[in-house]
Amino acid sequence: MTVKSRPQLKELQTLMASALFRPLTAEDRMQPRWIDGSSMAAVADRFIKPNDRLSAFERLEIYNRVYWFRVLDCLYDDYPGLRAILGEKKFMELATAYLAKYPSVSFTLRNLGERLEKFLREEPQWIAPHKEMALDMTRFEWAQVVAFDDAAFPPITTDEILDTPRSKLRLGLQPYLSLLELNYAVDKFFIAVQKRDADVLRDEASNTFEAMPQAKRRRRKARLPRREHIQVAVHRYDNALYYKRLEPEAFAILRALRGGMTVEKACTNAVAKSARKNVDWATRIKEWFDDWSSLGWFCPFKR
Amino acid sequence: MPANSFNGFTNYGIGIGLRVPHYRHILANKPVVDWFEIISENFMVDGGRPLEVLDQILEQYRVVQHGVAMYFGSAERLNREHLKKLKRLVKRTNTPWLSDHLCWGSVDGRYTHDLLPMPYTFAAARATAANIREARDFLEVPICVENVSSYAEFHASETTEWEFLSEVTELADCGILLDVNNIYVSSKNHNFDPYEYLNNVPHHRVGQIHIAGHSKFEKYILDTHDHPVLDPVWKMYAHAIKLIGKTATLLEWDDRIPTFDEVHGEALKANKFVKKHFETAAA
Repeated sequence: MTVKSRPQLKELQTLMASALFRPLTAEDRMQPRWIDGSSMAAVADRFIKPNDRLSAFERLEIYNRVYWFRVLDCLYDDYPGLRAILGEKKFMELATAYLAKYPSVSFTLRNLGERLEKFLREEPQWIAPHKEMALDMTRFEWAQVVAFDDAAFPPITTDEILDTPRSKLRLGLQPYLSLLELNYAVDKFFIAVQKRDADVLRDEASNTFEAMPQAKRRRRKARLPRREHIQVAVHRYDNALYYKRLEPEAFAILRALRGGMTVEKACTNAVAKSARKNVDWATRIKEWFDDWSSLGWFCPFKR
Repeated sequence: MPANSFNGFTNYGIGIGLRVPHYRHILANKPVVDWFEIISENFMVDGGRPLEVLDQILEQYRVVQHGVAMYFGSAERLNREHLKKLKRLVKRTNTPWLSDHLCWGSVDGRYTHDLLPMPYTFAAARATAANIREARDFLEVPICVENVSSYAEFHASETTEWEFLSEVTELADCGILLDVNNIYVSSKNHNFDPYEYLNNVPHHRVGQIHIAGHSKFEKYILDTHDHPVLDPVWKMYAHAIKLIGKTATLLEWDDRIPTFDEVHGEALKANKFVKKHFETAAA
């Protein structure tokens, strides 16, 4: 295989990348067969030189393994909650299938899980029998990635609000804020998993090297989240992550604002649709808006 | 060279990589460090804690950007969106120079997140140099390209790695971030003399040096950045300083990161070699 031009360089790089993107075998080795069923060793020999210690296959395999270890490690760290629901083995199978179908399309590993929810909706067999719970957790954990470092616009000013007629006032929500409507209490479950993992880490830190492999086995299975219809805001404040449960009407207002509805209409609709009686809505809504403003959630609305 | 057009005519000393486990220590204790190298991609975000930390660091320290995902050696043109984000960061940090690797890592918009080796051919050198020139013109900052560690060689290669590095940097008229540890790792993996490499790169183009630790396996060496610098690499560093002169040097320690003081102490060992070189030269 020669590289005498840019197209030939592309051809070589495409071939090598295709080899790296192919999942490893169950023994974490490079697959012995190429896509068309031919010998992988013969394919590697076409473009990689062997040396006195390693065949072309073995040299290519180093890169194949490093690629998979890196991306799987990244998803492993980003989805502790989903991992706790599915179990380690099942999670790794899912992660491999996901990355095989949707390799990274971003320069940063931060975005590696961006299409995981889409993948799980397309191939729910990976999360059976906890489909709904696992989807909730996937959304919840991706929202944390967004909350960590997504953009924050300057908060809307009082003048900007006062300059707009009440009937036309729209508020934007900060991009880092995610509003989630969930069917399982994954927020509490996530906190329990974090606490459990922190305890295990403390134990590991005090153990000798020989004892360390035992630590993972000691990790007790977390009790799965209970079914509960909840509304959660995942956000950051002072650059730390928070999850905040919202009352249904508060959630409805925020979701309507994000959709571009005026403040007046969002509030009216939320109250009209509420099943709750004997609530002083004016006071309640004022408290919510005070709270959200103090958290910096509002910014000028942009279509 | 101590100060040249490839490092913005600066004269930086010994720096270390800015890493998450050290944030708290650095911000609380404000240790004396000549400069920090940041991984550009970690800060090419729109908000949150990374940028807050960066701004605090920038108030007190000199910062140089080092990238891992520009992929100058990719057969494709550079990603404009990536460059725009990078330029925003360049304006924020005011980095005197910027470095990334002589490698490729993505094809058709799919990323391997690895620093993959180049086939050492003249066509590849031309394509790579064109990408570097495009990046430099867009970013308006000097660029140094770093030699990577590699574990495979291509049948297509027509020349040695150091000749390829020289060709690319001449064509692009850019600088070199000479990674001494990477030369050592590759020399063991590909059976070449690392001193021949050091002796034959264009020394006047070296704007910065990297040193790091590596791990030995049965049949190859892996560039792991999880150890102190090993003796053969220090020996090569001493030789590099003799050839190039006192040059901005950075210790990379990216995995199993020990305390800040340990990392900084390891980096400062480089001073011993610099001092020795000047004493010998003076004598």
